[in-house]
Amino acid sequence: MITHPTAPELIDSVIRFIEERAAPQLKDRDAFLCRVAVNALAAVRREIEQGPAAEDAAAERLRALLGRDGDFATLNAALCDGIQAGTIAPLDPAVLAHMKASIIDQVRIDQPQYSGLRTLTQGS
Amino acid sequence: MSDLQAALTDLAPQLGGTRIEGLRRLSGGASQETWAFSLDGERPLILRRKPPGTASVTGTATPLATEAALIRAAAKQGAPVPEVLAICDPDSDVGEAYVMAAVEGETLGKRIARDDNFAAIRPKLAFQCGEALARIHAIPLDGSLPPLNRSSALEELAKYETVYRSLGARRPILEAAFRYLKDRAPPLDRPVMLHGDFRNGNIMFHPETGLAAVLDWELVHIGDPAEDMGWVCTASWRFGGQKPVGGFGDYADLLAGYEAAGGTPIPLERVLYWQMLGSLKWGVMCEGMYASFANGTDPSVERAMIGRRTSECEIDLMALLERAA
Repeated sequence: MITHPTAPELIDSVIRFIEERAAPQLKDRDAFLCRVAVNALAAVRREIEQGPAAEDAAAERLRALLGRDGDFATLNAALCDGIQAGTIAPLDPAVLAHMKASIIDQVRIDQPQYSGLRTLTQGS
Repeated sequence: MSDLQAALTDLAPQLGGTRIEGLRRLSGGASQETWAFSLDGERPLILRRKPPGTASVTGTATPLATEAALIRAAAKQGAPVPEVLAICDPDSDVGEAYVMAAVEGETLGKRIARDDNFAAIRPKLAFQCGEALARIHAIPLDGSLPPLNRSSALEELAKYETVYRSLGARRPILEAAFRYLKDRAPPLDRPVMLHGDFRNGNIMFHPETGLAAVLDWELVHIGDPAEDMGWVCTASWRFGGQKPVGGFGDYADLLAGYEAAGGTPIPLERVLYWQMLGSLKWGVMCEGMYASFANGTDPSVERAMIGRRTSECEIDLMALLERAA
């Protein structure tokens, strides 16, 4: 329904306003919180663009892993329950592969500069 | 003259001087205040004190007198720590506090791990950390010290799992780490005095001479010597540096320094176990801090965003789980 401006465009405009106009007026703790706020907006922007595909892919992997149907939240909870109860081994290669793909997608949204992301993607 | 200035002036003779100058607040944690001042305009000193009105309510926090006693005990073993000059009672005019000598150096983790002025000394820092830990761990557990908490790997895991379960989060990597670590928990077969928060950011380093002083003793407790070794290697404290020990050094140097200073050798696998527990612990703590945003206790954007840092701990845990598989 909405064609423009897109949500990412609106977020970019707000980030630009904060960085160019608002941030220079702030100091000390407010300046720090302002940087955190910009980081939060940037994460929201990445989540809008990458989040749906990441969740679809995770749900698809979970269906194959657990051999049953369901939405992401249900299947993710089932995986957690199984690991907690000891019925799913934490080092099972298929479990590890799912968790690895999921966490790479999530850190690409949350903190794409984090050095641990490079470590894990280069190590494989 | 402020009340604190007056109270410190009364204390000055005990510190070996007469005048207190340049008193200023350095940082403000909720549980601790840090103040800098100079004695007679020449000796830089630091005051650590509980904010007035909060004394003895917190319960879990180590009393500052205990912290100061441990710093003195560490000094006796030759560990690099600030000299403690005076310990003040909770009902003194200063309040619950201690005064120590200021030490010159850097505590900002990012600068230590990455700045050019540390480039020459950086290869020596992990060895020095190992030496310092061996000396701290040599503090005798002989009853001359105040009573301290004692915690095994299983007890640490139980503590953080209780927090995690209470938050209602469902995160498979945290579940896998709890399962993996519980199944392999080492017994507390050789309990030692631990610093409890030994990591880049809590250690003062000098760009020319390296490790200058181990700071921030409020989490001191008794436990597995590899707990301190693993925490300084936990990836959350590398500040963008590429090396495992604090972002600045290698495992082999940490372990070699530990042995060179008389520490009982610790296998790397046991350090990695506690490193994984460290990432798990910090991940749960990030979730807990986010919970204080979600329930309205602290509505700041900072608290909200810390919930997006749990995934950093999870990607570090993932690398360790993959290595273990």
